[in-house]
Amino acid sequence: MSLHLKAGSVTFENVTKKYGAVTAIDNVSFSIEPGHLVTLLGPSGCGKTTTLRMIAGLEHASSGRILIGGKDVTSLPATDRDVSMVFQSYALFPHMTVGENVAYGLTVSGFKKAEATERAEEGLALVGLAGYASRLPSELSGGQQQRVAVARALVLEPEVLLLDEPLSNLDAKLRRKVREEIRDLQQNLGLTAVYVTHDQEEALAVSDRIIVMNRSVIAQEGTPRELYEAPSSAFIADFIGDANLIAGEVINADHEKAKVRIDSVEYDLPSRGLGRGSAQIAIRPDSILLEPAPQSSGQSSEGANQVGIKGSVTHATYLGNQMHYSVDSSLGELFVVDYRIDNAIKAGSDISITFATKGMALIAP
Amino acid sequence: MRTSFFPWLVLGWIGFAILPWYALEDGFWAFEWLIDGYPFDSDYAPALLQIFQGKEWLLPLIFPLLFPLWIIRKIKSDPKYASTLIISGGFGLAYLLGQGFSIGIGGWEFSTLESMFGILETRQFGMGYGALLAAGSFLILLTTGLAAAGNLRGDVFVTSAIGIVVALVATFVFLPVGKILVSAFVNEEGFYALSTFTNNFFTKKIWGLECLSSSVSCGVGLNSFFLAILTATSTTLLGLGFALVATRTDFRWKKSLRVLTILPIITPPFVIGLALILLLGRSGTITQFVADLLNIEAGRWLYGLPGIWLAQTLSFTPIAFLVLIGVVEGVSPSMEEASQTLGASRWHTFKQVSLPLMRPGIANAFLIGFIESMADFGNPMVLGGNYDVLSTEIFFAIVGAQNDQSMAAALAIILLMFTLSAFFTQRVWLGNKSYTTVAGKADSGIHAGMNPLLRRVCLCVTIPWALFTIVIYGTVLFGGFVVNWGRDNSFTLRHYADGFGVGWNDGSLVWEGAAWDSFWTTITISAIAAPLTAALGLLTAYLLVRQKFSGKNIFEFGTMLSFAIPGTVIGVSYILAFNVPPFELTGTAAILVLCFMFRNMPVGVRGGIAAMSQLDKSLDEASLTLGANSFTTLRKVILPLLRPAIVAALVYSFVRAITSVSAVIFLVSADHNMATSYIIGLVENGEYGIAIAYSSVLIFVMLTAILLVQKVIGERKLRRADRLAPQSKNSKPSTNSAAMEKQA
Repeated sequence: MSLHLKAGSVTFENVTKKYGAVTAIDNVSFSIEPGHLVTLLGPSGCGKTTTLRMIAGLEHASSGRILIGGKDVTSLPATDRDVSMVFQSYALFPHMTVGENVAYGLTVSGFKKAEATERAEEGLALVGLAGYASRLPSELSGGQQQRVAVARALVLEPEVLLLDEPLSNLDAKLRRKVREEIRDLQQNLGLTAVYVTHDQEEALAVSDRIIVMNRSVIAQEGTPRELYEAPSSAFIADFIGDANLIAGEVINADHEKAKVRIDSVEYDLPSRGLGRGSAQIAIRPDSILLEPAPQSSGQSSEGANQVGIKGSVTHATYLGNQMHYSVDSSLGELFVVDYRIDNAIKAGSDISITFATKGMALIAP
Repeated sequence: MRTSFFPWLVLGWIGFAILPWYALEDGFWAFEWLIDGYPFDSDYAPALLQIFQGKEWLLPLIFPLLFPLWIIRKIKSDPKYASTLIISGGFGLAYLLGQGFSIGIGGWEFSTLESMFGILETRQFGMGYGALLAAGSFLILLTTGLAAAGNLRGDVFVTSAIGIVVALVATFVFLPVGKILVSAFVNEEGFYALSTFTNNFFTKKIWGLECLSSSVSCGVGLNSFFLAILTATSTTLLGLGFALVATRTDFRWKKSLRVLTILPIITPPFVIGLALILLLGRSGTITQFVADLLNIEAGRWLYGLPGIWLAQTLSFTPIAFLVLIGVVEGVSPSMEEASQTLGASRWHTFKQVSLPLMRPGIANAFLIGFIESMADFGNPMVLGGNYDVLSTEIFFAIVGAQNDQSMAAALAIILLMFTLSAFFTQRVWLGNKSYTTVAGKADSGIHAGMNPLLRRVCLCVTIPWALFTIVIYGTVLFGGFVVNWGRDNSFTLRHYADGFGVGWNDGSLVWEGAAWDSFWTTITISAIAAPLTAALGLLTAYLLVRQKFSGKNIFEFGTMLSFAIPGTVIGVSYILAFNVPPFELTGTAAILVLCFMFRNMPVGVRGGIAAMSQLDKSLDEASLTLGANSFTTLRKVILPLLRPAIVAALVYSFVRAITSVSAVIFLVSADHNMATSYIIGLVENGEYGIAIAYSSVLIFVMLTAILLVQKVIGERKLRRADRLAPQSKNSKPSTNSAAMEKQA
C-alpha cells in the first residue's frame, strides 16, 4: 500500500464552544502527539462528540485556537482541513458503489478518474475488501460497511483520522474483532487517530492515551493504566471500571506513601499528593475480599494487620464466571465481584471484609 | 484554497459597459437591438454610455466596480478582502435599487427628491439585461464578502444561495405586498391620504350587516368570512369521515377513495362550478327532472351562497381528506390498545383517546379549508350570483368600470388579514402541538375498530358524497360532447372541433382550433416555471434543513408566506408593483412565470424539507470532511438521493401552474393568454360546451403527466427499497442494542 501518511498533531488551546446560552465545551486544552491513538471518553452529553466535530471543522469554536499539524485551522471549514472522519452511521453514500464511495474524496479534490479508482482499490485492499468495489454499500454486512468507511477516510492520506463511535452499530461479538483491526491499522500506518466512545472497555483496549470528559471539561487525561490505577476523582474511578467510594482518613503522609485508616484498619497507599485529614478511597469491586465471618473465636486467620470489617451479604448474583454481591457494612453499601464461584456465599450470610491494596486509590475528598 | 470573486466582477462590468442597461420594448428575447443603433441609441446603450447621454446618476456605479480591483491579489482571510467586497457589493446594490426606485418614467418619483435636485428632463425605463446582470454581480460580491468575513463558516455557496433566495423573495413577494399596503392610501389624485384608506376600509360594502335584518346582502368581507367558516366546517367533517372510512373500516372500495386526493390537484378551480350549473342550474338536468316531477318552477337557488358552498365543499374535501388521513394514521395504535385493555369500549376509546389525539390535525384541516375558501376565485366567479366575496370583488375593482386601485388594495388587505391570521394561527398555535406519535420506532399493533354506529354514519355520508363527486366529474367528461346541455342533448364533437381542430394547409399542420393558442402558451409557461419553481423550492429547503444561520425563522416564514397570500391578492399586487420601473414586467410572459414560481414555491419547499429530513445529515458531513465543498455535496450527494422529490416537485408545480386562475387572470395579456382565463371568458359568454371540453382536455393532460411520473417514481422507489433492505435488516438490532447499552 502506497499511503504517504504525514501524521499530524492536534492541539486545542482554551477552546470554548457555546450554543446560545449552553456551553458544550468549556475552556478545553489538550494536545495529541503524531502517531498516537487518543480516545475521547465520557458519558453522553459530556462534549466529546462536539470536540471531535470541532477537529473535523463541522463545528467552529466560539473562542480559543485549534491547531492541526502545527497550523492554525480555527476558522478553516471542514472542506479545507486535512482530516477525515469515520461516522457512527458510516454515512456511506447509498447511491454510489463501494468503489465510488472510496474514490469520492479523491475525485472531488481533483484526482484523475483512473488514478482515483486505482487508489480506491488500494484502499479497499488495505481493509481487506479487495474486489468489492463494484458492490453497493447495502449489499455488504455492517462490519464490511464499517471497513469501507475507514478505507474512504484513509485514501485521502489525512493528517488525522477521526472515528466517531465506530463500533456502536456492530453487534457485540464483532466489536472486539473490528476494534483490534482498527488498532492494528492505526499502528501499522503510524496514524494520528482521535476516537470517540462512551464505552470505557473499548477505550482501555484501543488507546495510547485517553481523555475523559465530563460536563464540558476534561476530567482526566492519561494512559489507560494511569486512569484505571490512579483515578483523580470519584467520577473517573467510577466511570473507568466500577468503584466503591468509601470514606477514610490519612493519618500520616509523606511524598510517596500515605497511611490510611479505614474503619479500624490501616493501609499503606500511594499518597498522590494528599496530606493528613479525611479522604476518599476508591476500591475496585474485585479488590474487596469476602470471607465467611470467623466463628466468634476471636483471632482472625488473616495476616497481622488485616483485620476484617463486619458486614452481611444482601444480594448474591450468579453470572457464570463470577459472583456479584451487594454487601451491607459499616462503610455503607458495597458492590463486590468475586471470581471464586465454587464456594459462593449465600445472601443473608455474615461476612468479614478485607481489601487488596492493589485495587485501592486515594482520592481527594 | 482560493475562491475568487473575479468572474463575478467581470460579469458586473459586462452588465455595466456592454449590454443594454434598460429593458427593451421588444421583449427580453428580442435581439433587434444588435443591428438597430446599438450601442449609441439611448434605448439600447449600456450604462457606461448612458452616463454621457444625460443619465449622470449612473456614474457612481463605477465605484463599486473599480474598488474591488485593489484586493485582487489579497487572500481571503485578509480582513480588507471581506470589507472591500461588502462595501462594494452593498453600495452597488443599494445605489442601483435606490436610483431605480427614485427615478421613473416621469423623472423623480418622490416630490422631496424633486425639490432637492430640481426637475429631471430625462426619464428611465425598467431594468434590462445590463442592470439585472450588474445587480446580480453586486449581490454575489456582497455575499462573497460576507462569507469571507466568517459568516456561515466562510461558505461562499451557502451565503450566496441565502442572498439570492432572500433577494428573490423580497422582490417578488414582499415588494408587491408592500406596494398593495401603500396604494391603499393613495387617493384618486395620486396623493397619500389616510382618509382614502379609512373610507375604503370601513365601508358598509365590506362590513355591512343588513342581511341579518333584511334581504339586502351583507358586506363582502362578512360574506367571505361566513362562507369560509361554512366551507371549512363541511370539508373538515367530510374529510374526517373519509379518512376514518379509508383507515379504520373494511370498506371494500376504500383503496379507490385515495384517488379522490388527486382530484383537486388536476381540477381547474371553476370546473366544479361549471358542472354544478349543468346539473343543478336553472336548466340543469337534475333541476329540470325535479321540476317536471313535482311540477314546480325551476329555481335559481344555485347562484349564491348555496352554490358556492356546495362547489367549494366538493373542491376542497379531498384536501381535508389528504391532511386528515395522515392524522388518523398518525395516532399510535398502541395508545388505542392501551385504552381498550384498560376496559374502555370502542366508542369511549374513540371519544377519549383517538379524537383528542387528532384534534390538532383536525384544527389544521379546518384552517386550510378556511384559507382555501377565502382564496378561491373560480367558484364564486362562476356561481356567485349576488353573493359577492372578497376575491371576486378585488377583480371587479380592478377590471370593471370603476378601476379603483385603492379600493382593490383595501379589499386585498382585508382578504390578506383573514388568510394571514389563519396562517399565523396554524403556525403559532398548532406549531408545537402535534400529537402524531410516530417516533421512528416501529409501532406494531392494530388500530381499534370503529364503533358500529359511528361507522354507519361515516359510510352513509361519505358514500353518497363520493358518488356525487363521480357524477360531477362524469358531467365534465360528457358535457363536452353535447350540443347544448339540458336543451339539446344530442351528441356532437363540435366543441372539440371548435377548440382543438387541426387542419392541413399546403402540406403543413395548422392549429385551427380557437383554444390552441392559449393551450400552448399555458403548456410552455408552465413548463418553464416548473423547473425554476422546483429548483428554488429545493434550494430553500436545503438551506432550511441543512444550514444553521441567524434569522432562519424569519427566512422560513418569508418563504412560506406566499402560501397564505390568495391568488387574487398576488395578481393585484403584481400589477401594482411591476407596471412601473425599475421592474417593468406586466404584459410579458416573465411575469406569469415569476408569479407561478413564487405562488408554488412553498410546495416545493415543503416537499424538499420532508425528503431532506429523511437523509442522514452525516452523509453531508462525510462529503464535507472528504474535501467536497457544499455545492459539490449538494450536487453529488443530496440531489441524486432526492430524485423522487425533485420529480414530484416538478410535476406538482407544472400542474399547479396549469390550473391556477386567480392570479393569472390579472396578468394575462393578448400575447400571453392562459387556458384558465380563456375558459373563464367562455363561461362569462355562456359558451359552456367548449369551456367544458377545454377543461376535460386540461384534466386529461395533467392526469397523464401525473400518472406517468408516478409510475416512473414508483418503480424507482421499489428498486431503491430492494437495495436498502438488507442494510436496514442488519443495522436495526445492533442500533437497538447500542441504545440499550447507552441507557445502561
